[in-house]
Amino acid sequence: MVLTSRSTGPGVLRNSINTGHEAAGTFTIALAGNPNVGKSTIFNSLTGLRQHTGNWPGKTVANARGKYRYGDREFILVDIPGTYSLSASSVEEEVARDFICFGEPDATVVVADATCLERNLNLVLQTLEITDRVVVCLNLMDEAERKHIRIDLKKLAEKLGVPVIGTSARSGRGLPELMEAIYSVAVGRIKTKPLRITYDDIIEKALKRVEPYLFNLTGGKVNSRWVSLKMIEGDSSILNTLQEYLGYDLLKDRDVTGELRSARQGLWGINSDGARDMIVSGIVNTAENIFRDTVSLEHRDYNSLDRKIDSILTSRIYGIPVMIGLLGVIFWLTLAGANYPSEVIAAFLFHIEDLLTAFFTWAGAPQWLYGLLVRGMYRTLAWVVSVMLPPMAIFFPLFTLLEDLGYLPRIAFNLDNFFNKACAHGKQALTMCMGFGCNAAGVVGCRIIDSPRERLIAIITNNFVPCNGRFPTLIAIIAIFIGGRVPGVFGSFVSTLVLMGIVVLGVAVTLLVSAILSRTVLRGVPSSFTLELPPYRRPQVWRIIVRSVLDRALFVLGRAAAVAAPAGLIIWLLANIKIGEYSLLSHGALFLEPFARLLGLDGYILMAFIIGFPANEIVMPIIIMSYMSTGSILELDSLEALRQLLVSHGWTWLTAVSVMLFSLMHWPCGTTLWTIRKETGSAGWTLISFLVPTLTGIIICFTFARVVHLLRLI
Amino acid sequence: MEAGYITLNMAPSGSTAKVKGLTSNGNIRRRMLDLGLVMNTDVEVLQKSPSGDPTAYHIRGAVIALRSEEASKILVEINPIV
Repeated sequence: MVLTSRSTGPGVLRNSINTGHEAAGTFTIALAGNPNVGKSTIFNSLTGLRQHTGNWPGKTVANARGKYRYGDREFILVDIPGTYSLSASSVEEEVARDFICFGEPDATVVVADATCLERNLNLVLQTLEITDRVVVCLNLMDEAERKHIRIDLKKLAEKLGVPVIGTSARSGRGLPELMEAIYSVAVGRIKTKPLRITYDDIIEKALKRVEPYLFNLTGGKVNSRWVSLKMIEGDSSILNTLQEYLGYDLLKDRDVTGELRSARQGLWGINSDGARDMIVSGIVNTAENIFRDTVSLEHRDYNSLDRKIDSILTSRIYGIPVMIGLLGVIFWLTLAGANYPSEVIAAFLFHIEDLLTAFFTWAGAPQWLYGLLVRGMYRTLAWVVSVMLPPMAIFFPLFTLLEDLGYLPRIAFNLDNFFNKACAHGKQALTMCMGFGCNAAGVVGCRIIDSPRERLIAIITNNFVPCNGRFPTLIAIIAIFIGGRVPGVFGSFVSTLVLMGIVVLGVAVTLLVSAILSRTVLRGVPSSFTLELPPYRRPQVWRIIVRSVLDRALFVLGRAAAVAAPAGLIIWLLANIKIGEYSLLSHGALFLEPFARLLGLDGYILMAFIIGFPANEIVMPIIIMSYMSTGSILELDSLEALRQLLVSHGWTWLTAVSVMLFSLMHWPCGTTLWTIRKETGSAGWTLISFLVPTLTGIIICFTFARVVHLLRLI
Repeated sequence: MEAGYITLNMAPSGSTAKVKGLTSNGNIRRRMLDLGLVMNTDVEVLQKSPSGDPTAYHIRGAVIALRSEEASKILVEINPIV
C-alpha cells in the first residue's frame, strides 16, 4: 500500500471552494480566528446552532455553515478552520486562506483573543492583506478585564482601518454590535481603509515590479499585491489554487515569470526563505507596534496564576500523578454516582414494560408479536437507556469541564514524549482523548494531524481507548464481579482502580501499536508540531451541564437507541427461531465455542461481540439474553441475580477479565469503520484499522488465558 | 554557529533569551516565524514536560510547547538577568 495524499485523505478537507451564495440579497460571511478564541461560541450564538466547542486547537476543520437574519438581510456564516496564520503550512491554513481569498465572502470576521492580542494580530494583519472587508471581533473581553488588560478599541480600529468590536461571546456581550458592524461592512455602508504593511525596501521594490502585471492578468479579481507577495516568497500552493480559480496558469505567462525573475534578482540573491523572513518579520513587527500602542497591562504578571497552575499540572513530579488522579476522580464519580439513578431508571422503564404487557394482553395481540416488540425491542432499549444514560450524564459534563478549563492540551504536553518515542504525533494524545467520548468522533478529530502518516497511526489506534459505548460493558462487569463483592465505599474505590487499569492498558497498547506501525507499514520520523497551551478559562458550569447532556449524552444515546431497538428485534429472532434442537443464536455460539475458549471467552460472548458490531453498547444485553432460557433479557432487579446468571454459565474471574480485555481491543464498531473509510478514502486502511485492534485483542486474550492456565491460577 | 549563541533547547528553565536566527528551512521555518520567532524576539523558557520533552515557552504573550528537535533549530542569546 502506498501512502498517497489521496489514500490518506486530507483531500476531504479541500472540498472545492464552494461560496454558498444562495440567493440574491444573502450575504456570505467568513468567520476566521485563531484556534481556541471562542470562535465556535460566536458561530453558535449568531446562528443558533449547537456546534460543539472545544478548548483545543483545530476543532473546526471543515467549513461549517449556519444562517442568521439581521435587519432586512439574511447572512450565511461560514466557520472556517481556526488557524494562527494563513501561510498555508497546514491543510487547515490552506482551507482558511482559500476561503477568505477565493470564497468571495461579503465580509470576513476575524475573532481575536483579547488576552493574547499580539499573537492574534498576526492573523488579523494577514487577513487585511487579502481582503478589505474585515471586521475584527475582540473576544474574551471579560477574561481580559479579569486580568486587568486594557485595550483601546478605538485606537486599534484606527490603526487597523477596520471596525473593531469587543465581545464576550459566552455571555452574549457585544454580539448586537458585532452583527451591526458585519451588516455595515457587507452592504458597504462602512468603507474600510485596511492597514497596508510597509515591508523592507527590497520587498517593496520587488512588489512594484510584479504587481502591475498581476493586476492586469487577474483583472482585479484577487488582491494583486497579496498574490505578488506570495509569488515573491515562492509559495507554490497559492499558484495551484489560483490556476483553478482563474482557469489559467500564471506561471505560463512570460511577462509575469520574467518580472518575477528580475524581481528575485533584485532581492540580491536572497532565496525564498530569506524573502519570507522579511515579509513575516514585517507583519510580526507591525503587530508588536500596534500591540504596544493599544494595550496596557496594569499587572505585568497578569498570567502568573496560569503559570502557577501549569507549574503543578505539568510539573516533572506532579504532572503525571495529578493527571491519573483526575482521571480516577472522574471515573469514581461516574461509577459511584451512576448506580442509584440507573436503578431508578430501570425500575421506571420496567414498570412501563408491565404496562405494555398489560396492553398487549388486553388487545389480544399474538404471542410472537408481543415477544418481538416488548421482550425483544423494548427490553434491549430499556437496558441500554438505564445502563448508559446515568454514566454518560456524569462522565460527559466532567470531561467537558476539563476541556473547558483548558486541561486537554496539558495532557498532550505531559504525554508528548511518549508519542514522540513511538514516532507518532503529539496531537495524537488529543485525538485519543476525543476517543473516550466516541471513537468515530476521535477518528474525525484526527484531521488536526497534518502528516498523513501520523494521521493514519492515530486513526488506526484510536479504537484502543474505550468509547462511551464500551464503558457500560466495562462498568457492568466491574460492578458485578468486583464492586459487588467488595463492600461499601471500598468497593467503588477498587472498581475505579480496575477501570483505570483498563484505560491505562489501552493507552499503553496505543503507544506500543503506534511504535510498531511506525517501524513497519507506516515507517517514518515524527513531524514537527507546535502545541499551544492556551490560558485557563473559568468554565461556565451551568452551560457545560446543559450542553454536554443535551448535545453529547442525548446524541450518543439516541444513536445507541436507534441501533439497539432493531438489534433487540434481530436478537430476539435469532434466539427464538429454532433449527432442530437449538436456536440460531446457539448454533452460532456452538460454532464459535472452540475458538472463543482459547481467548478465555465462550461462544455466546464472542457471538455477542459480533452481533454488537453496529454498536458496542448492546454486547452485554446480548450475552445476558443468550443465557436466558426464555430468550430475552431478564429484569435487572439486582446485580447479584445477574452475577449468578453469569456464574451458572461458567463465568469465572478469567472470563470477566477476558471480556473486559476483548471489549477494549477488538474491531471498531460499524459507525467508526464507516467514518474511517470516509476519512481515509481507502478500503485498504479501513481493513487494517479493522485487523490491527482485532489481532491485538486476540493475541493478548489468548496469551492471558494461556498464562493463567499454565500457572494454574484458576 | 556564531559565537555567544546557543540553541533554544539548551536555554535553562526560567531564563529569557533573544532569537538570533533560525537554522530550519521550508515548512518548519515558516511555522516558527508564524509563532512570532523573528529576529530579537524575547522568549521565556517556562518548564519542561514531566518526561523532559517538550518544553513550554512564553512567546509574544502565548505559551507554546516545542519539542527539543524544533527548539534546537532556533539560535538564541540568553538575556542577562535584570
